Amino acid sequence: MNAQTPSRTWNPYVAGALAGLLLVLSVWITGKYFGASTTYVRAAGFAESVLDAARVAAMPYFMKEKPVIDWQWMFVLGIVLGSFAAAALSRTFRLQAVPDRFAARFGPSVGRRFVVAFVGGAVAMFGARLADGCPSGHGLSGSLQLAASGFVALTCFFVGGLVVARLLYGSTQQGR
Amino acid sequence: MELIFGLVTGALFGALLQRAEVIRYDRQLGALLLVDMTIVKFMLTTILVGMVGVYALVDLGLAKLSLKPLILGGTVLGGLTFGAGWALLGYCPGTAGAALGEGRTDALAGMAGMLAGAALYAEAYPTMKATVLTWGDFGKLTLPQLLGLNHWPVIAVMVVGGVLLLRWLEKKGL
Repeated sequence: MNAQTPSRTWNPYVAGALAGLLLVLSVWITGKYFGASTTYVRAAGFAESVLDAARVAAMPYFMKEKPVIDWQWMFVLGIVLGSFAAAALSRTFRLQAVPDRFAARFGPSVGRRFVVAFVGGAVAMFGARLADGCPSGHGLSGSLQLAASGFVALTCFFVGGLVVARLLYGSTQQGR
Repeated sequence: MELIFGLVTGALFGALLQRAEVIRYDRQLGALLLVDMTIVKFMLTTILVGMVGVYALVDLGLAKLSLKPLILGGTVLGGLTFGAGWALLGYCPGTAGAALGEGRTDALAGMAGMLAGAALYAEAYPTMKATVLTWGDFGKLTLPQLLGLNHWPVIAVMVVGGVLLLRWLEKKGL
């Protein structure tokens, strides 16, 4: 392989199966199932504690999900680092502010993309906390345990996403 | 020690997500627009492998299930809300971190938004707990319990159904 060419993308079935084995090992060794969204609650708790620690300490949701660094916090941090390492090693790291599909539909404005991403992130996280999980916690970990909540949540994630994606891009959008 | 396991597990998971390209906005929106099913293939394979492995561990007494309760009000309304935000952002809470790792700076704006959303939910929690989170509370319920079956027949149906769905996606060229 040439040193300049990026490595080929892995087959999604192979990578998905390896992720499944990783999850099984994690459950075996540490008893931990994958999840991500609780970490944002803990991080928000940290940030708010800087401003008003007493208020945070008295809020019921931060009593439930305390601002501490736990297994999942390190898991989410690990995802960032692992992805960076894999991107660097495979020469697929690329700084990009506006994704191709977004730019083709809404133009190259970085400001517009960042506002949409921020609002989308806020709406998504509010929903994930109301549902008590995200595609990791409910979608992967919940449904693989055959949890009724996991299947209901996963279905609702996709229904909400399909509707809004269709509104954003219209029904004529084709190709990839 | 638990923290180091978390970091290593996350790093391996992040690397797999990156190499399979499932963390890109274009792929996530591709799935929601039903034109590119890469993330569905990845997720479904992970779920099926995890399902067999985790239930084998549970039967051998080596692991415990960790179930979230089904509260229809929260799970349905929260799930639909999440989906709407996901379509705008194009990353989910786990994949946003991985997208940032491979250089997608818009994921940072998304993660800032997610922190704001988490803070907002913390404010709304007492209200939600008294209203939405009391609607249709079925507790911690699994599909085998609901059907009154052993888990292995249910897993067998899931695996066969999952494989048939994936074969159909491949046939359709999605």
